[in-house]
Amino acid sequence: PVVTILSYFTFFQQRIEIHKLRQGDNLILGFSIGGGIDQDPTQNPFSEDKTDKGIYVTRVTEGGPAEVAGLQIGDKIMQVNGWDMTMVTHDQARKRLTKRNEEVVRLLVTRQSLQKAVQQSMMS
Amino acid sequence: KIESLKVTVDFLKVPLGLKKPPLKEALAAVPGPGRAKPLGVERHKPRRSDTMDNESQYSGYSYKSGHSRSSRKHRDRRDRHRSKSRDGSRGDKSVTIQAPGEPLLDNESTRGDERDDNWGETTTVVTGTSEHSISHDDITRITKDMEDSAHLDCSRHLGVSLAGALALLAFLTPLAFMLLPQLLWREELEPCGTPCEGLFISVAFKLLILLLGSWALFFRRPKAFFPRIFVFRALLMVLVFLLVVSYWLFYGVRILDSRDRNYQGVVQYAVSLVDALLFVHYLAVVLLELRQLQPQFTLKAVRSADGASRFYNVGHLSIQRAAVWILENYYHDFPVYNPALLNLPKSVLSKKMSGFKVYSLGEENTTNNSTSQSRAVIAAAARRRDNSHNEYYYEEAEHERRVRKRRARLVVAVEEAFTHIKRLQEEDQKNPREIMDPREAAQAIFASMARAMQKYLRTTKQQPYHTMESILQHLEFCITHDMTPKVRGAFLERYLTAGPTIQYHKDRWLAKQWTLVSEEPVTNGLKDGVVFVLKRQDFSLVVSTKKIPFFKLSEEFVDPKSHKFVMRLQSETSV
Repeated sequence: PVVTILSYFTFFQQRIEIHKLRQGDNLILGFSIGGGIDQDPTQNPFSEDKTDKGIYVTRVTEGGPAEVAGLQIGDKIMQVNGWDMTMVTHDQARKRLTKRNEEVVRLLVTRQSLQKAVQQSMMS
Repeated sequence: KIESLKVTVDFLKVPLGLKKPPLKEALAAVPGPGRAKPLGVERHKPRRSDTMDNESQYSGYSYKSGHSRSSRKHRDRRDRHRSKSRDGSRGDKSVTIQAPGEPLLDNESTRGDERDDNWGETTTVVTGTSEHSISHDDITRITKDMEDSAHLDCSRHLGVSLAGALALLAFLTPLAFMLLPQLLWREELEPCGTPCEGLFISVAFKLLILLLGSWALFFRRPKAFFPRIFVFRALLMVLVFLLVVSYWLFYGVRILDSRDRNYQGVVQYAVSLVDALLFVHYLAVVLLELRQLQPQFTLKAVRSADGASRFYNVGHLSIQRAAVWILENYYHDFPVYNPALLNLPKSVLSKKMSGFKVYSLGEENTTNNSTSQSRAVIAAAARRRDNSHNEYYYEEAEHERRVRKRRARLVVAVEEAFTHIKRLQEEDQKNPREIMDPREAAQAIFASMARAMQKYLRTTKQQPYHTMESILQHLEFCITHDMTPKVRGAFLERYLTAGPTIQYHKDRWLAKQWTLVSEEPVTNGLKDGVVFVLKRQDFSLVVSTKKIPFFKLSEEFVDPKSHKFVMRLQSETSV
């Protein structure tokens, strides 16, 4: 009960740490993002609220660093290394994720399945 | 002469609200020969009797009506004469142009000595659609003294005729000015050639224009009997009267007395009077017609019985004129008042009949008992579980369904009936016996839809408004004006929705008698927040005023080149 209450208070969020993989000259994370305040939120298939202009994970490469770290398709990225990602443009988000001097990115993500899991555990 | 001028000026100061001597004294102070105008004043002496009181009340009010009507100049001239003469006759009992210190618009409180206690309230009667065939009715009507209505009619006719005399006098004065020297001292006059002829022509045309303008402005069938007189009309009447009187004064003193030889000067004097009259006419147009064109207030009229409401925009009007305006619009805007539609169905109400009975035990303190009793009953009734709203809801739904079903039947019956006849084309060869005129055609197809129509009308409780004769007439009307499917819609439109009152048979539903109830004097102008009520026996119209707000309009320039657009994106980037 205490655990569930705590997780409830963290607002269904999960912290994911991804170690970038070096591929030639680039550091890749192994997923694709969509969304941003300059984008059309109604075309986002993953968001529950069609006015949500946040950054969502649209694809996760198999076997990539993101999948290994536990990132799932449809996750909404709230923070990257402490930087807020809920009110950024698409390009700003991309830049924050692909900084050359960072090897590890710590994401704060939220997903609907998480939310439902917590709710179920609370009710049981 | 200077004295007379001063007195006239004092007289002129009155409308501004200063203290002023009664009219008669003012006129009496004027030297005799100047008053060539036949006032007929001295003939009526005030008699302190009851009937005289009533009459004087009347004439006083009629005089007031002369004041508060937003005028018609013609009438103003006429009424001015009339009222002036009557005022003069009553001496200090007469209504002065203005009570000391009161604003001109507030006439009701001016006559202290003539007012009897019954006049404390301002309830008056406004009746519409008068059949009066004479063009003006400045006389106010007093509802309380019905026996005075005979007096009223008399005084109204009298007033009208005197007003006519005043206008005629004003009209003929310039001619008199020009003719009198010719008649009295023709041989002494200097000959006057071309300038005089030019002036004659101009006088003739100006008088013609004045006549036409006055006819256009004032000779209109009155649409209502107003309870009080109009202020502006009285003002204009006073103005014209003063104008004419002063011209006559000067004429009498300067020209008649001294037998002025310069005929051209006399003619110019007459022309100047005509000019002044034309300008007074212009003033009348502005005050009476133009001022109320620009909307200043929004009136909300709500019918008390069933809550039907409308909003109207009006300009600066007095309360009584606004009331008549509302009534004119009421007859074509508001759906007809159908008392049968207002009652809750009986099944809903019956439950409410059983109440609580309260028995008092113990002390007999009666004063406390009644209030505590009623409070106990109300509290108990509130606590009791009340299902009447349920009943009402279901009853409503059921009624709605019934109406729709009957309506569907009616529409189908009418459509089918209309397919039975068609207009005779030229090329068709038909037996003369088979050809019908619209009335017969209507009767022929009426039978097939009569039953459905009757049932529908009964369900919607409209059957008192439509007799069979009226339905037949309407059917005939629709048939005459072409039978296309549109007409079926037009034929039924009259029955499917409750139309405005004026659509129904005149005698039965167009009431003429309305009562105007107002807290302020009805000659006051409309102001923000004024409320007055138009009453009839079974319902009333509550009218409230609101000032149209002052709009601050600012401009913003949009460059047409500034309209630019981009596509909405949904990009996906892999990181």
